[in-house]
Amino acid sequence: MSAEQQERAVRCLVAKVGLDGHDRGAHVIARAFRDAGFEVVYSGLHRAPDDIVQAAVQEDVDVLGISILSGAHNTLVPKVIEGLKQYDAFDDTLVLVGGIIPDEDEADLKELGVAEVFGPGTPMEETIEFIRNNVPERA
Amino acid sequence: MDGSDEPALGDAPTLSAADAALVDDLLDGSHRALARVITKIENRTPGYRAIVSALHEHTGGADVVGITGSPGAGKSTLVDKLAAAYRDRGDTVGVIAVDPSSPYTGGAVLGDRIRMGSNVGDMDVFFRSMSARGQLGGLSTATADAVKALDAFGKDVVILETVGAGQNEVDVVRTADTVAVLVQPGSGDDVQTLKAGILEIGDVFVVNKADMDGAQRTVAELEEMVHRREGGTTGRDAGHHGAASMASTGAGGSGAGRRDAGRAGSSAGEAGDAAGVADDEDGESWTPEVLETVANTGDGVATLIETFDAHAAYLRESGEIAATERRRYAEEIRTLVRADVGALATDEIERRGGIDRLAERVRDRETDPYAVAEAIVGPIADCVEETGRRERDD
Repeated sequence: MSAEQQERAVRCLVAKVGLDGHDRGAHVIARAFRDAGFEVVYSGLHRAPDDIVQAAVQEDVDVLGISILSGAHNTLVPKVIEGLKQYDAFDDTLVLVGGIIPDEDEADLKELGVAEVFGPGTPMEETIEFIRNNVPERA
Repeated sequence: MDGSDEPALGDAPTLSAADAALVDDLLDGSHRALARVITKIENRTPGYRAIVSALHEHTGGADVVGITGSPGAGKSTLVDKLAAAYRDRGDTVGVIAVDPSSPYTGGAVLGDRIRMGSNVGDMDVFFRSMSARGQLGGLSTATADAVKALDAFGKDVVILETVGAGQNEVDVVRTADTVAVLVQPGSGDDVQTLKAGILEIGDVFVVNKADMDGAQRTVAELEEMVHRREGGTTGRDAGHHGAASMASTGAGGSGAGRRDAGRAGSSAGEAGDAAGVADDEDGESWTPEVLETVANTGDGVATLIETFDAHAAYLRESGEIAATERRRYAEEIRTLVRADVGALATDEIERRGGIDRLAERVRDRETDPYAVAEAIVGPIADCVEETGRRERDD
């Protein structure tokens, strides 16, 4: 008997990795995601890549949005992706990066498995639309 | 459903091969599998019931502690410190933190994780945020099932954290063995204390932020309330009422019936509960403790854990744990049955053109709400009755 309705909600982790201390953008994103009907877990500031992996695995998020303004994306993002793979969680997590990322780095990040990079001034609807269209299907 | 089996007990739902593998992985200690199972529970993914069924026999090992209180009382910070203290003595910990969701969009910001600073990087603290998703009644089932997943995984302690704002949250925290209610200093006068139904469910009251002004007064008020709630159960007052009369009036909600009246909800007055009240008369009952903590610094956390342990020991030694569990499972069964019957009714409403169309027809005076309800529930009732008759004949 399965007369119950499924209640699928898109779960996102909005993560701040590393030393940069600016999370206004992350707050704005978290709020916009909430208003779009997503369930948003916010990591808080100054997280190590391992902490982010732990949160992403435990919370079983569909989307991991990493916000980086410090320029350390080339060191930090690969560590996060490596960690997700260790827990067998990479394949069904949509990894996004937001922040100030030079074009050549963007290509490298995408090579690593980042689905999309959103620079400053990206309209919120664009990010939300991208998530809706690309959120991994789960069994 | 086939009517040839024992009428009262059905078979467990069958696991799909993939879900059976998931259950095995969870029991083997895979964090990923645990996280995925909780997601399936939250989403009510088809097959989740079979998973929870399969996990049930592996549960019962964890102490389940519920923490509730108003927003800003410091629950998350305290939970963080509790988790760290449990880890220090070698226990593994699971945490389920429930946050409200927007009634408009269904979205939510699950913010409690930020405060879990003492435990980042420690996978043996499994912290999971859950959104209320506007579920009435369903939330307690979902959280209870998530607790089972953590319990079956092998967590020694499971902490359930929820804002104590309404019935939903009271239901959630009631699924814990031990309930702590967090109060912050100066959070109201006596009348507030009387109003808040949440105060009836506490096994432990914690005045957090005890370094703030007014903490002593709040402690005194709570002590006073606990004392009043205890009423005639203490030895020196016993002659006042006599045990027998207390036992018979206990379920009414005052004095000796506090635990049962507070927790049993709709089942108050059933035979099992009445017996529990009678037992309490022997001076075996638990008197809620009023403690002080400063979650920021960790002051008082050790004493709080000792009190949780003492309450768990009390539940075991007094035999109260059996009554508590029975009550909890009874409530779970009721909730499930209600939800399933409700879902059948919802399907039936859809089949008859949807609730809006039915409402419009009532508005047009074509029919009335009672007639509509009868039309929808009548066939279900007939079917249940028919099945019952067939089973009796077998």
